Amino acid sequence: MSEKSIIELENLIVEIEHRIEDLENASSKDSFDRSSEINCLKETKEKLQVKMCNQLTPYDIVKLARHPLRPLSSDYITLIVEDFIELHGDKRFGDDRAIICGLGRIGQEKVLIIGQQKGKSTKERIACNFGMPNPEGYRKALQKMELAEKFHLPIITLIDTPGANPDVGAEERGQAHAIAENIYKMFRLKTPIINIVIGEGGSGGALGIGIGDKFAILEYAYYSVISPEGCAAILWKNSENAPEAAQSLKLTAKDLLAFGIVDDVIPEPLVGAHKDPKLMANTLKKYIMKYLNELKAIPINTLIENRYNRYRSLGKYSEE
Amino acid sequence: MVFFRKKKDMPDGLWVRCDGCKGVVYKKAIEERMSVCPECNYHFRISSKDRLKLLLDEDSFEEMWEGMIPADPLSFRDRVSYSERVISEQKKSGTKEAAITGRGKIDGKEVMIGITDHNFIMGSMGSVVGEKITRLAEKAAELKLPLIIISGSGGGARMQEGVFSLMQMAKTSAAIARFKEEGGLYISILTDPSLGGVMASFASLADITLAEPKALIGFAGPRVIQETIKRSLPKGFQTAEFLLEHGFLDRIVNRQDMKKELSRFIDYLQ
Repeated sequence: MSEKSIIELENLIVEIEHRIEDLENASSKDSFDRSSEINCLKETKEKLQVKMCNQLTPYDIVKLARHPLRPLSSDYITLIVEDFIELHGDKRFGDDRAIICGLGRIGQEKVLIIGQQKGKSTKERIACNFGMPNPEGYRKALQKMELAEKFHLPIITLIDTPGANPDVGAEERGQAHAIAENIYKMFRLKTPIINIVIGEGGSGGALGIGIGDKFAILEYAYYSVISPEGCAAILWKNSENAPEAAQSLKLTAKDLLAFGIVDDVIPEPLVGAHKDPKLMANTLKKYIMKYLNELKAIPINTLIENRYNRYRSLGKYSEE
Repeated sequence: MVFFRKKKDMPDGLWVRCDGCKGVVYKKAIEERMSVCPECNYHFRISSKDRLKLLLDEDSFEEMWEGMIPADPLSFRDRVSYSERVISEQKKSGTKEAAITGRGKIDGKEVMIGITDHNFIMGSMGSVVGEKITRLAEKAAELKLPLIIISGSGGGARMQEGVFSLMQMAKTSAAIARFKEEGGLYISILTDPSLGGVMASFASLADITLAEPKALIGFAGPRVIQETIKRSLPKGFQTAEFLLEHGFLDRIVNRQDMKKELSRFIDYLQ
């Protein structure tokens, strides 16, 4: 039910946006002052946006994380990273376009960026396999991370995947092995690592580039052990129950902060990052700069020790 | 038709149908061969307790951390609540959780050993399994003993513990990384079924990786893959033999030979 009203609200907001645009265009032509009407519409729009944000269900948030207009890793690289040099290939099998790697500068800092990439046009989406990496993607990421370690560059990973690719070729080339190897090696890399979930944090596929010293998530991103649809199909025997599964899985940024899994929830523009990618990129950059400064001050052995302890303490059980 | 009538007449429990060759086999003959079909070498799934008996010297096993039980950090509910599910699985399996861990001896040589058991929520890894495997690796490092982990986990990560279950992949891998860096010997044995989060973490990170014949091993479950690619899967896909062919196993070892092989590896490498 709430799903429907969210869509209604969103449509209404878009309608108001169009109306504002029409009025502004008209005013620029005939220089007739329509500012009071425009301001009034802007106010209404903002009220509706706030209302919408307040009633988002976990499944609405999952849909926002998958929004077709949501900024992707490539957008943040364009908006935040200067002098980016992309690095391809795992030097073993191929070049997986579901993961982008490259050197670049954020502010004054030289870094390695690794981002899962979904693609924008249909052609791109297919080339990127909709952001579902293959083993060669994880191996490429690891190869570049080892390069970063050697030359003392901090690593920033942007997580945005529905999950690792579940197909025959991925199994033949050792998907499980590739992810396990990355997790294992990332614990030992002697350079600071920052992980940020920018959209979908799909299970092992996310974890394959997701170990580090700082872990943050955008406000309307999610991070989960299984997709709500997959969970519903197994436990409810019906993927139609995805909204209930999303609720049960506690996969929103807010939940993760409450569990102590993430360090920060990075705020998004009203109704989501796609409404203002530039503003979103600026906020993201501020957090990255802050983390880089904090991590730079920590001696490398302490950093590795802290990294171990961070994950060592995660888990809930009781002992008789 | 005659065949079916005949089967109906058979006394219950004396004969069983082999899942491998589909033949009807004398149950005692299977039991005598450690739950392996004498006709086709099919390895039946066995409980963690039976496995300990097969691998360790008699009465050498000393269980550790047996009092650990799952919490319900998400207050998870599907059609039943997670806490109810845990209780019914405990009754069904006769174990408190999906992993049993401790210390034992193989031909007189001390080892740390852990087993995940498919009988408890498909052997899936929640916080208890993750914590037990982690402690096992840490203890093995402290005592400088070989670490042996036998995986039988069709569930991978445990959904009902949400992101906490996902974090166990990280935690166990980190502990294994430390143990290996300190020079420890880690042998991973993959049994039917080994999938998902367990395979994408500690089970894939060993110095020596062994598997039982025809065990189902992989990342994504075969049903998920079939739904994704929308065609039938190649014959023998995701079996131990398939993994060996693609270079992800050191050896396939028959159940009857497993203890002997472990003993040899320890002699060579420890």
